Amino acid sequence: MKPISVAGKAATLLFTAAFLAACSGTDTKEADEAAAAAAAAAEAAAAEAAREAERRADAEAAATQRELEKAAMAAGTVFYFDFDSSTLKPSAQAALDAHIALLRTNDRTVRLEGHTDERGTRDYNMALGERRANAVRDYMVVNGVASYRIESISYGEEQPVAYGSGESNWSKNRRVELK
Amino acid sequence: MARLALVLFVLLLPALAQAQLVIEITQGVDDPTPLAVVPFAWEGQGTAPEDLAQVVQEDFARSGQFDPIDRADMLGFPSREAELFYRDWRAIASEYVLIGRVRGEGPNLNVHYELYDVLRQARILEGDLSSSIGEARMLAHRVSDAVYEKLTGIPGAFATRLIYVSVTRNPAGKDYFRLTLADADGARPIVLLESREPIMSPSWSPDGSQVAYVSFETGRPAIFRQVLATGEREQLTNYRGLNSSPAWSPDGNTLAMVLSKDGSPDIYLMDMASRRLTRVTRHYAIDTEPSWMPDGGSFLFTSDRGGRPQIYRYDLRSGLTERVTFEGAYNARARVAQDGRNVVLVHQRNGEFQIAIHDLVTSRLQVLTNTELDESPSIAPNGSMVLYATKFGDRGILSAVSVDGGIKFRLPARSGDVREPAWSPYVKY
Repeated sequence: MKPISVAGKAATLLFTAAFLAACSGTDTKEADEAAAAAAAAAEAAAAEAAREAERRADAEAAATQRELEKAAMAAGTVFYFDFDSSTLKPSAQAALDAHIALLRTNDRTVRLEGHTDERGTRDYNMALGERRANAVRDYMVVNGVASYRIESISYGEEQPVAYGSGESNWSKNRRVELK
Repeated sequence: MARLALVLFVLLLPALAQAQLVIEITQGVDDPTPLAVVPFAWEGQGTAPEDLAQVVQEDFARSGQFDPIDRADMLGFPSREAELFYRDWRAIASEYVLIGRVRGEGPNLNVHYELYDVLRQARILEGDLSSSIGEARMLAHRVSDAVYEKLTGIPGAFATRLIYVSVTRNPAGKDYFRLTLADADGARPIVLLESREPIMSPSWSPDGSQVAYVSFETGRPAIFRQVLATGEREQLTNYRGLNSSPAWSPDGNTLAMVLSKDGSPDIYLMDMASRRLTRVTRHYAIDTEPSWMPDGGSFLFTSDRGGRPQIYRYDLRSGLTERVTFEGAYNARARVAQDGRNVVLVHQRNGEFQIAIHDLVTSRLQVLTNTELDESPSIAPNGSMVLYATKFGDRGILSAVSVDGGIKFRLPARSGDVREPAWSPYVKY
């Protein structure tokens, strides 16, 4: 905003000078010409300043957007849960905050896919996977992402990322993926 | 009907040979009854289309209660009473002898069978059955059913079928899911549906003609039904959220299912004639896995309304819900036997998930299996055996255990993972 107001002041000063010249001078024609030239120059300068300002604003917005995208990417798109739990961990909340900040700058829709480990029954796990996806959805909605932009789908235990048994594999499978 | 188009799927393909299940008995009764199944005489042109006696012999071996005598040890192959010498069978300690004759008549096979008690030296059963040549193995299983009932007092469940989900892992991308129909002994597998997206929860219609299941082929879970004989297929649901756990009512008129379209997972009933939905459970907790009682007046389901998953019973007449299981912190996915008394379920004990049987009359719970990740129990229509999914090594396989825990066998596929077995009801012939 600053460059615009500086340019505005400069233009005002130029206009004032031209007006004074026009009033005090004897050769009004010359004075008029001078005033017009000054006005044109002022206009050009103002326009240039505005363009420059716009470029800077765009660059700044793009930089901010890049920062948000970088932060979201760094946060990852997979959020992990404890066994039989759909409570968001603090680390997941922090990661989601980065995505929410980005989502508030655009109108993208997102798909949240809830998953469980292989323990327990398949249909109960379908419901548990949905509960996890909904926990992420609710956190996003509370933080300003419109619910119609979010779809949550549960895959239960049907799509593991780690096939083996044991906690080292199970902990990788208890997750919500943001897509 | 207009909004749900009937799709014809040409997916009645014979499954790949390696997807076929093989049966390995791991535990039988201590003192199995010796029984001789003599090769049946073929009274037709050329060679017999199927060795029916071999199929019967394998059925009895798989039962865990009988010890079929090796053909090489038999002193003769009688096919009529006049050719049967009891001393030959006493000599090899066979308590019973089954003989038979098979005749081809056009496109049909007729089998005549006779069962003899060696000790009493008497014929105790005889019968005639027929089928098309294509159903020769099922014809043999029907002979097994009749003989088994005569010898044990319990109807056999050999002439039944299974539906299961098999998965071929693809580490480079999406797995391959197949819904497979096979005979109860694992033979003659047929792929009903193949998809790169999950297939789940197969449920038989009570007449054995259709299956309902969940498929993610649209990118979301949806309930489908499919006619086994024709492959005719219909998408029944497409609601936001869960579309899971279809369960056909005993009269076939209603499909229970789990939907979360109104917020939390609840059980709904779909009237199959009008396709009208009725919501029957209303709770913010998870309500899922409905399983009908044989009289159709109530169903069991899993709910975590008490904090942890337990089995509850919803009575359609009174609208009342009562808790059924109290032992342990995790009891889920009940299936009720035809007697309306034995309930098989998944029970968590010491961190391991095992198959247990719960008696609805005495409220006693008995654990039947001793492996770690057992799930999806399905009970045979005669109530004798429970088929379930477990892990063997890091592969998913099917296993079976008798309701008294005395007999166990495994049914691994030669490759891939197998899961979610659904044992068919009795089919009318």
